Amino acid sequence: METSFVLLLLLAPFVGFLSNIFFGKQLGKTGSGVLGTLAVVVSFFVSCYFFSQVSGSKQPINVHLFDWISLGKFSINFDILLDQLSLLWLLFVTGIGSLIHIYSISYMHDDENIHKFFAYLNLFIFFMITLVVGSNLLIMFIGWEGVGLCSYLLIGFWHKNQEYNDAAKKAFIMNRIGDLGFLIGIFIIGYLFNTLDFNVIKQAVLTGSNPEVAGWLSIATLCLFIGASGKSAQIPLYTWLPDAMAGPTPVSALIHAATMVTAGIFMITRLNFLFDLTPDVQNIIAVVGAITSLVAASIGLVQNDIKKVLAYSTVSQLGLMFLALGLGAYEVAVFHVITHAFFKACLFLGSGSVIHALHGEQDMRRMGGLKGAMKVTFLTFLLATLAISGIPPFAGFFSKDEILMVAFHENKVLWVIAAVASIMTAFYMFRLLYLTFFKEFRGTEEQKHHLHESPMLITFPLMVLGVLSVVGGAISLPGNSWLNHYLEPIFAHAPHEAHHLGTTEYMLMAFAVVGALIGIGIAYSKYIKKSEVPAEDSEITGFAKVLYNKYYVDEAYMAVIVKPIYSLSKFLRDYIETGLSQIIFGFGAVADGLALQGKKLQNGNIGFYLFAFVFGLCSVVFYLFFLR
Amino acid sequence: MEHILKEIGVETYLYLSALLFSIGVFGILLRRNAIIMFMSIEIMLNAVNLLLVAFSTFHQDASGQVFVFFSMAVAAAEVAVGLAILVSIFRNLGSIDIDNLKNLKG
Repeated sequence: METSFVLLLLLAPFVGFLSNIFFGKQLGKTGSGVLGTLAVVVSFFVSCYFFSQVSGSKQPINVHLFDWISLGKFSINFDILLDQLSLLWLLFVTGIGSLIHIYSISYMHDDENIHKFFAYLNLFIFFMITLVVGSNLLIMFIGWEGVGLCSYLLIGFWHKNQEYNDAAKKAFIMNRIGDLGFLIGIFIIGYLFNTLDFNVIKQAVLTGSNPEVAGWLSIATLCLFIGASGKSAQIPLYTWLPDAMAGPTPVSALIHAATMVTAGIFMITRLNFLFDLTPDVQNIIAVVGAITSLVAASIGLVQNDIKKVLAYSTVSQLGLMFLALGLGAYEVAVFHVITHAFFKACLFLGSGSVIHALHGEQDMRRMGGLKGAMKVTFLTFLLATLAISGIPPFAGFFSKDEILMVAFHENKVLWVIAAVASIMTAFYMFRLLYLTFFKEFRGTEEQKHHLHESPMLITFPLMVLGVLSVVGGAISLPGNSWLNHYLEPIFAHAPHEAHHLGTTEYMLMAFAVVGALIGIGIAYSKYIKKSEVPAEDSEITGFAKVLYNKYYVDEAYMAVIVKPIYSLSKFLRDYIETGLSQIIFGFGAVADGLALQGKKLQNGNIGFYLFAFVFGLCSVVFYLFFLR
Repeated sequence: MEHILKEIGVETYLYLSALLFSIGVFGILLRRNAIIMFMSIEIMLNAVNLLLVAFSTFHQDASGQVFVFFSMAVAAAEVAVGLAILVSIFRNLGSIDIDNLKNLKG
C-alpha cells in the first residue's frame, strides 16, 4: 500500500516527463500543459496523504524499494524515508510546483517548445522529490545532480540566445564545483561510518564518539557545506544564480527561488547531527551566510532589471538561512525556507506577470504606473513585498525575526550584519515596487496601449501565494511554534528553547520593524516624493557603479580563475599535447615500417609457405629433442 | 599379437615410419603438382598411423588403434574436400600447379 503510494509520488512526474517529451507535440499546447500540471498535482495529493499520516502518528515511514549496492560490509539500499522534514519539503515543492505549472500553461502558451518546457519541469519535480525522500546520501546525490541538470536545461531553454546558453553553462559549472565537494563529503562519510544511511549514521553519531572520526568529520562537513554553497548560491559560488534569470520566469520562481536552491539547506538540516559535532564548520557557515546576505543585498540596491533584483534578494535570503543553520537553529532556517518559498515565488510570478504585460520588458526604468492596469498583480506583489520586508504580521516578519533573534543571542556582529541586510532588503524591495507600479508609465506608447491584467491562469497562483505570504507565518509563531514541535524528532538536540518573550525579544522585534520602515521610508522619499528614476547605465558613477557591476566579481573570477585555466589549457594543447602525440605517432610509424617488411613474407607462393611450415616444425623438434 | 613384434622389432617400424614421413615431407617441398602433394600428405598421415598401431601393440593398449580409425576417417574426409577444391581450381585456372596460385599474395 505504502510502497505503491510512494511509487505514485515518485513516478507521476516522471511519467509526465516521458509523455511530454515523446508525445508532447501530439498533445497540443494546452494538452501538454494540463498533463504536466496533473502529474505534479497527483504528487501533491500523495504528499498531503503522507503528511497527514506522519503528523498524526509521528512515526516516519520507511519504504524499502530494493537492494541497490552491496560491497562486502558496505551496502546501500534504495529506500525511501518519509519523515517530518522530507514531508515538509515535499509539500511545498509539489504545492508551489503545481501552482507554477498552472501559471506556466498561460505564461508559456505562445512558445513553440512548450511541451519540452513542461517535460523539463516535470523532470525537475521528479528529481527534487528523489532528492528529498532518499534515505541515504547517494539517493540524495542522484536528485541533487538531476535538479542541476534540469536547472541547466531550463536556464538555457531559449537556446537561440547565446547569452542564455552561457548563463546555463555557468550555472552548471558552478554547481559542478560544489557537487565535487558534496561527493568528497559523501566518500568521507562512507569511509567513516561504512554506510550512507541517515538513520544509521545518526545512531552511530549519537551512541559513540570516536576521536579519529571527529577529525575527519570536520573535513566531511566542510565538503558538504561546499556542496550546499554551490547549490544554494553562497559566496563564493553564488554568481550563477543572478545569471540564471535568463530562464523563463516560472523557472526562476520554481527552481531558482522556491525549491532547488533550498536543497543545500535541506541537506544540512538533514545531517544536523553531523554539523552539531563540528562547531568550527558551523562558524564558517554562519559567517559565510551573513556575508552573503549583506553582499547580495547591497548589490540588489542598485540593480535595474526586475528579475535581477529578485535574484540578489534570493541570494541574500539564502544567506540569512545559512546564518541560522550555522548558529544551530535549523528549525528557524527551515521556517524561513518555507515562508521565503511563498513570498519569493509570489514575487517572481508577479514580475513574470508584469513582464508578460509589457511583452518582455524587464528594465524597471521602462516601467511604472502599472497598479491601475494590473490590480491583482499589484495587490499580491504588495503583500509579498511586505512579507519579505519583514512587516508584521506577514509571513516574512516571523521567520526573519527569529533568525535575527538567534543571531542576537549567539553573536552580535553577525546580528548587525543580518540586520543591515534586512534594512537593505526592505529598501530595494520597495524601490522595486515603487518603480514598477507607481507614478507614470515610462515605456513606449505602444506598450501603454497594450497594458492588460494577466489571465486567470496567471493571477490564480498569484492570489494563492499572496494569501500564503500573509498567513504563512502562523506555522511558527514566537512562543508557540507548531513547526518546532513538529520537527523535533529530526534533530539530535532538542531545538533551542523557544525564546521566552521578554523585553529583549520585544525590543528586537520593534527594532527589526523600525529598520524595515526606515528602509521603506528611504525608498518612498527617493522614488515617490522626489520621483527619481535610476540613471542610465553610462551615467552611474562612484560606489554605485561598483555595486551596479556586482563588485566586479565576475570579472575577478574571469581574471583569477578562468583566464589562467585557459592559458594553462593552451600551453598543454600547444606543447604537452604535441609532444605526446609525437611519441604516439612514433610507435605507429615503427609498427608501420615493420609491417612493410613483414608483408614481403606473405608472397602468395604456396611452396614457400610449406617450406616455412616444415622449417618451423623441424626447428621445434630440433629444439625439443636436442637443445633442452 | 605380440609375436609379430618378436619377429620384427618395434624399432623397425619406427625406421619405416620415419622414412615414410620424410618421403612425404620431401614430396611436399619439392613437387609442384597439387595432386602429388596430396599424396605426400597421405603418406605422412599413414606414417603416423603406422607408428600409432605399432606402439599400440607394443604397449598392449587398444586406444592407439582406435585413434587410427579416427585419423583415417578424418583423412578420407579431408581428401574428399581437398580433391573437390582441386577440381574447382582446375576448372578456373586450367592447371593445378601451385606456383600459379598466388592470389592470396599480401
